[in-house]
Amino acid sequence: MFFSETYRKITRDGLWDNNIVFSQNLALCPLLAVTGTATNGLGMGLATLVVMIASNGVISLTRHLIPSEVRIPVFVLLIASLVTIVDMVMNAWLHELYKVLGLFIPLIVTNCAILGRAESFASRNEFKQSLWDGLMMGLGFTVALVALGATREILASGTLFSNASLLLGSAFQCMETTIIPEYKGFLLMALPPGGFIMLGFIIAGKRLLDAKRASFKKAKVELLTEAEPIANTTA
Amino acid sequence: MKLEQLRGNLTYQALLLAGFSLLGSALLSFGDIKTHDVIATRLAEDLKASLEQMIPADYYDNDLLKDTMLIDSETLVYLAKKDGKVSAVAFMLTTNSGYSGAIKSIIGIDNQGQVLGVRVIAHAETPGLGDKIEAAKADWILSFNGHSLTDLTEPQWKVKKDGGVFDQFSGATITPRAVVGSVYQGLLFFNQHREQLLKR
Repeated sequence: MFFSETYRKITRDGLWDNNIVFSQNLALCPLLAVTGTATNGLGMGLATLVVMIASNGVISLTRHLIPSEVRIPVFVLLIASLVTIVDMVMNAWLHELYKVLGLFIPLIVTNCAILGRAESFASRNEFKQSLWDGLMMGLGFTVALVALGATREILASGTLFSNASLLLGSAFQCMETTIIPEYKGFLLMALPPGGFIMLGFIIAGKRLLDAKRASFKKAKVELLTEAEPIANTTA
Repeated sequence: MKLEQLRGNLTYQALLLAGFSLLGSALLSFGDIKTHDVIATRLAEDLKASLEQMIPADYYDNDLLKDTMLIDSETLVYLAKKDGKVSAVAFMLTTNSGYSGAIKSIIGIDNQGQVLGVRVIAHAETPGLGDKIEAAKADWILSFNGHSLTDLTEPQWKVKKDGGVFDQFSGATITPRAVVGSVYQGLLFFNQHREQLLKR
């Protein structure tokens, strides 16, 4: 089932073609706030992923009940309740993790991308596809956060995944690496303007890659159409 | 009536909104009831753990969370007692002179006025620069240990850039300056209320 064309398209959209950050340019507020380091980006990404799957699921289940006139307040209400519950549950039973991630959880409410997915996907599609869309969009968001966090962290302080053990447990201490030893630091990259600048570069890079891919595809099609007459003459 | 017709109905929409609000509040109340006590316990554990980090175990035989004194009706001081005598105190410090927002820390001071330890509990300083004030990220915060108002003079209670003895970080001076200042204020506070605190 997960290999059908629909699911493949959802996967492609979430991870690359319609990536929340790189293509839709949404969720920039939490993005710029937390991507000072790769670890923080990962934490925020994972927390958002959970909320996104849950909100897509709930909204898809109730989509037939909700008239379009009042859908926005209902979605906002559902998402805000979900985030608050996640916040409370983590604080109570995953307290160590909460101490690291706690700061980011309320920020998820400000993530317009979750409302965006509710509006443009979950309210129009069946339950399982909506869950899959939440997972893929969330993963795409996580990848974007980690990529931006990693580049900013390397440029700002010369390290990568610093304090990953605080987030993932001491087993992941091996992830903490120093890329540039004796680095003097580059303050701009740790501050929000650095985030904007880096984001610009990454989006430009993605566009470049997409353009290359498109022209490659076009060239391939031309090559095939040119090759056809030759095949005809030999036949 | 069919669902499609019902959805355009104003009363249905109003009731639906009310229903979802009710559902949301019910879920949140239920969540709060279920988690409230657990969270309170966790927070008390956190506080106890940071108090224990400030004050070594051989300084007290009482329950730090219960033996408290409210000074000037705003600062709650935790008293460590050994054999009924106050051996050390701990209390929260807050400063707004950091780079962004308040820096909250906890300080432990022994009855001679020496710093036993300082830990930053909450701050919003620049990640990767100002956050070296956290014990988890750098040893800088330990440089206060053992100092008092008598072993360092007032001009020495500053960062090196301002002529004091405490290091600043490369690229970040404002944050350590704020923390040094707040520790100094903490010691002044202790000195001012010394009699009152130690008499119990």
